[in-house]
Amino acid sequence: MSRSLTLHLGLIAVLVALNFVLPAYHHGNLARVMVLAVYAMGYNIMFGYTGLLSLGHAMFFAAGMYGTGMSIRLMEMSVGPAFLVGLAVAAVFAALVGLLALRTIGVAFMIVTLMFSQAVFLTILFFNPVTRGDEGFVIPQPVRQVAGLDLSDPTIRYFAALTLFAICLLALLWLVQSRVGRVFIAIRENEERARMLGYDTWAHKLGSVVMSGTMAGAAGAAYGVLFGSVGASFADVPFSILPLLYVLLGGPGTVIGPFVGTLFMFYLRDLSSSLTDAHMLVAGVVLVLLTLYARRGIMGIVRERWLKWLP
Amino acid sequence: MEFGPHLILAMLEGLVQASVLTLTALGLSLVFGVMRVVNVAHGEFFMLGAVFAYVVAGWFGGSPALGFVAALIVAPLLVGILATASDWLILRRLDYDPERTIVATIGMLYIIQQVTLMSYGPDAHPVTPPFNHRLAIPWFEFTERGLEFYYPWGLATTSYKLFVVMAAIVAGLGVWLMMARTRLGLILRATQLDGETAQAFGIPVERVYAFVFGLGAALAGLGAVLIVPIQQAHYLMGHDPLLLSFIVVIIGGLGSLRGTVWAAVLIGMANGIISVFFTPTLAKILATLLVAFVLIYRPQGLFGAKPA
Repeated sequence: MSRSLTLHLGLIAVLVALNFVLPAYHHGNLARVMVLAVYAMGYNIMFGYTGLLSLGHAMFFAAGMYGTGMSIRLMEMSVGPAFLVGLAVAAVFAALVGLLALRTIGVAFMIVTLMFSQAVFLTILFFNPVTRGDEGFVIPQPVRQVAGLDLSDPTIRYFAALTLFAICLLALLWLVQSRVGRVFIAIRENEERARMLGYDTWAHKLGSVVMSGTMAGAAGAAYGVLFGSVGASFADVPFSILPLLYVLLGGPGTVIGPFVGTLFMFYLRDLSSSLTDAHMLVAGVVLVLLTLYARRGIMGIVRERWLKWLP
Repeated sequence: MEFGPHLILAMLEGLVQASVLTLTALGLSLVFGVMRVVNVAHGEFFMLGAVFAYVVAGWFGGSPALGFVAALIVAPLLVGILATASDWLILRRLDYDPERTIVATIGMLYIIQQVTLMSYGPDAHPVTPPFNHRLAIPWFEFTERGLEFYYPWGLATTSYKLFVVMAAIVAGLGVWLMMARTRLGLILRATQLDGETAQAFGIPVERVYAFVFGLGAALAGLGAVLIVPIQQAHYLMGHDPLLLSFIVVIIGGLGSLRGTVWAAVLIGMANGIISVFFTPTLAKILATLLVAFVLIYRPQGLFGAKPA
């Protein structure tokens, strides 16, 4: 077993063990962190590995969340099939956005993703009677069941989040070491050169957007089902900035980084909330400090100094 | 009210919006054009202008006119100084790398907004306009006695709103004169064309950047001071101006000042008119999609010429 596989399986083992020792408050937090980390890992496929900075990932999160939530609310599907609908909606939507947005590069790409995401957010508000827009809606507790397991139960919720997290973590570990993942990195480093070497950079970039969007959608769908709330605020601009923040803090282009970044940021906000109501202040300060002093993030620095093999 | 007077009213409101938008978008366009920096915190500098205007006007509690004049000078100046400082402390150290500056300005957005929330508070506050006469507007009707003029109820504007339009035109002309006729403008245009060559000719590019970033923010601040007697100062008010300025700058063609002015008038009017007759949300959806598709299919903007 390789060092990196040992490390990532070790993280999953630690998370399993933590279920039995953590006090209730942190137990609940960690379940949330794992789902948000899936969101950040999806973001990292595009930003950290392929070098595509999206400012609108909340639209994919919301696509998964509303795909699942609306299937449950309007079509009375059960959670399992509804989750798959959410994934499909996010994947198709990501492909559509990718086909359009990838015609631009650099700053224009960032703004196009931002605008599409804003359009999604406003559309959710516009169809208020169907989506319950601003206030959002609650997925009632009796519906939130898979194979007889009650997803609102803390332990089952924790393990559901952990299962999704583990699948995404290992899939990502495999992806970035595969041939496709290496082409992603080549595109990030120098797209022209990757193309000259004969790789279809357009198809790989589109693939990156679809994978990234689908994983973000999976996180959105899981968030809705596990925590029971679906709302337009999950599609708004701040929610697009969060994964960027998590990934930048944890280390862009590392498999484990998004989880580390999410965990740190979650508790940083938690701590600061006892000092001030202005909870986005911490996010702003961290963003500025990271761009100034620590571009590689926590795991990027760890890789640079100690663990050269970290994927 | 009938359709005709209603449309006139919508157009007047649109014109006021367009005036303020022109100034705000000019600032964003200037920063992007000269520095190639996408300033996501631009809306927050707008908001700061409004908040500073409220604070400064408060110093002259007895005389709204004096307070307003003081705010008109002091608030944009303060905003400009703050922006210059943030450029010097943050953006300059990032070597103006496009990705890193955009992330840093997102950070600045939240810092400015949240510090305002902590100090100024979550409430909206008004600034008294220096003068505010009601100006009724006549409308005509064909009756059996021929053309008749009358004053429909509700069809009116205020002298202050006309002043906003005039002030925006003057300020816009000022920016154009500076860019086209002064030595400073020459330096700015040289830097915009090719920063490295400008540097080789002895232009202190870093200082030019700091000045432009301050000037861009001050223009947003000025727009905010003008609008704050009509619309109250609130810590979240920067969101819409940012979105609209982005739309304007992109549709007008990135970095083109003339295109920006045309687009600002068009978008401001359209936004005002559409918001009166339809829901504002629909107007915003259409506008955001328009921006995305302009960037995808016509990146030089609707008014820009195709690059050779």
